[in-house]
Amino acid sequence: MRKFYSLFAASLLLAACTSTANDGSGTDGSAGANGDQAAIDGGTMGAPEVGSPEDFVVNVGDRVRFGTNSSSLDMESQLTLNRQAEWLNQFSGVTVTVEGHCDERGTREYNLALGERRANAVADYLAAQGIDSGRMTTISYGKERPAALGSDEATWAQNRRAVTVVNQ
Amino acid sequence: MMEWVKKAQDRLNQMFQIPGCRLQETGQSPNSLTQAGYRKVIHGSAMGIAVFLGAFAISNQDAQAVVQITIDDPNLKATSIAVAPLFGGSGREQEIGRNISSVVAANLERSGLFSLVDEGSFIQDAASLKDQPRFPDWRAVNAELLLSGNVIPLSDGNLRVEFHLWDVFAEENMISTALKTHPDNWRRFGHIISDTIFTRVTGEGGYFDTRVVYIAESGPSKHRKKRLAIMDQDGENHRFLTDGNHMVLTPRFSPTAQEITYFQYFQRQKPRVYLFNIDTGQQELLGDNRTFPGMTFAPRFSPNGKAVVLSMALGGNSEIYVMDLGTRRVRRLTRHPAADTAPTYSPKMDRITFESDRGGSQQIYVMDSSGSNVHRISFGKGRYATPVWSPRGDQIAFTRMSGGVFSIGVMRPDGSQERTLDSSYMLESPTWAPNGRFLMYYGQNRQNSAGTGGTARLYTIDLTGRNKRQLPTPVSASDPAWSPLLP
Repeated sequence: MRKFYSLFAASLLLAACTSTANDGSGTDGSAGANGDQAAIDGGTMGAPEVGSPEDFVVNVGDRVRFGTNSSSLDMESQLTLNRQAEWLNQFSGVTVTVEGHCDERGTREYNLALGERRANAVADYLAAQGIDSGRMTTISYGKERPAALGSDEATWAQNRRAVTVVNQ
Repeated sequence: MMEWVKKAQDRLNQMFQIPGCRLQETGQSPNSLTQAGYRKVIHGSAMGIAVFLGAFAISNQDAQAVVQITIDDPNLKATSIAVAPLFGGSGREQEIGRNISSVVAANLERSGLFSLVDEGSFIQDAASLKDQPRFPDWRAVNAELLLSGNVIPLSDGNLRVEFHLWDVFAEENMISTALKTHPDNWRRFGHIISDTIFTRVTGEGGYFDTRVVYIAESGPSKHRKKRLAIMDQDGENHRFLTDGNHMVLTPRFSPTAQEITYFQYFQRQKPRVYLFNIDTGQQELLGDNRTFPGMTFAPRFSPNGKAVVLSMALGGNSEIYVMDLGTRRVRRLTRHPAADTAPTYSPKMDRITFESDRGGSQQIYVMDSSGSNVHRISFGKGRYATPVWSPRGDQIAFTRMSGGVFSIGVMRPDGSQERTLDSSYMLESPTWAPNGRFLMYYGQNRQNSAGTGGTARLYTIDLTGRNKRQLPTPVSASDPAWSPLLP
């Protein structure tokens, strides 16, 4: 059966969606891509509430990085994900979206596939640490939502990432 | 009759989509044709353009003498053409005639196959030219070809537009055609005349009466707004098709309908492939959660427009599937833990080319359309991506990444005769003109940490790589898709 969406209705729905999706951390409204850690500043907001998304970002670490065209989790990434799993086990009512991202040095469609691979690598690792798969969804943003700007290796390294976003 | 003349006739017939109609080849001299007037052979067609007569005033013995451009000739020299403003008696017809000629002149020049004779040097005036060219006057300004014509108002409010293509040195008429159109259609008419000339002189299909959809990018890089936009192939008639509230990527034209397919982030759902009707603005999700439990992306229509081939990612693994648009049945074509994506059918639909990192890095593969007989065809240095089969079937265009440089290139479907057409910091997304003789793609420049730069632009290039042109777009532009010839 065919389902038609009018663009007008779609934009109204989105407006409703973004107003509730705002987690106050400067994330992108279009779909919740949490690209920018720098927007969260614990100093000005006071100590984040325990169990809050801010707590997760500031005290646990919400992201891991990858090598070029790789979705392998190195030792540092595994340590970050162990902390994430610990936190998620503690706050068992929380659900997360794992976003996979890439640098700009690949083609668009391949990066969508690669971002999917990275997001799943993280979700699989967390599942192996005992986190219920039903609490995790994955999404790939390919190279569409960089965390850092620039055309140099340091920037690309920051953008090859998977970000675990605590759902509101 | 020579093969390329027949092809040109087929193209004209196809252009106006009139079954059973054949343009007449005549042995009459151009002059007697003009004096005899135009025999009305056809009425009515789509878009309010009617063809009155296409008279090929080419006698068999003279066919060799007229100007003929062979596009693949590596030593090709641009053919000089004088595009005279089509003559109009009143102010309005004069303006429309001039506008049509401007569109034609710009199109032909942009193709790289023609050079324009400066209008300021013309000797013969438009009023006398409409009756008969004085060939010595045009030889004197080094015009090899001459376009002339006449715009005549009709009592029903439409215009009758006559145009003639002349071989100046052979003193031969190459085309004489008259069409009826609404005055508002002048721009489209300019494209149709351009295609007619291009086809007559090259023996190849035209590509000027086409449109381009692309992704218009605006706003800061971290939260870039990406909306769908459409324009004529020369950048005119630009409009946005979506409002930018949802990120849209990788649009592709249906080869048979005013429909496109693309990848979209819609609300908080899994991003997926959608269909979009350009005329109605209606959007449709292609396959629900049961059909496609994972993210679908990298869609492309089959050459007959009846199927969409795409990738679905599930559990981190991307495989290639094809959905029949009639039955909505889905068939899986690849089974491999590597990322298999960017599929495109061959024009005959017997094969599919795609990219995969199953060999360790991104490379281009070809398989039978059943999914069997997978073999790698790219073996040069670096990674290869975005293979797109030419509508002629003879080439596969691709993006290559090597040594920090992105290139657009072409190779034969067996991987031989690889050629690089353009290289830069970031190039991607080749798309073929419907005649398979030109490519469009986008290029993006470097960006600094403040977010300055990172601007993307659309380019066209011919298959020799000599004639690269930027298309005008109001904002940053990526992911172009070239339409088929308009119906």
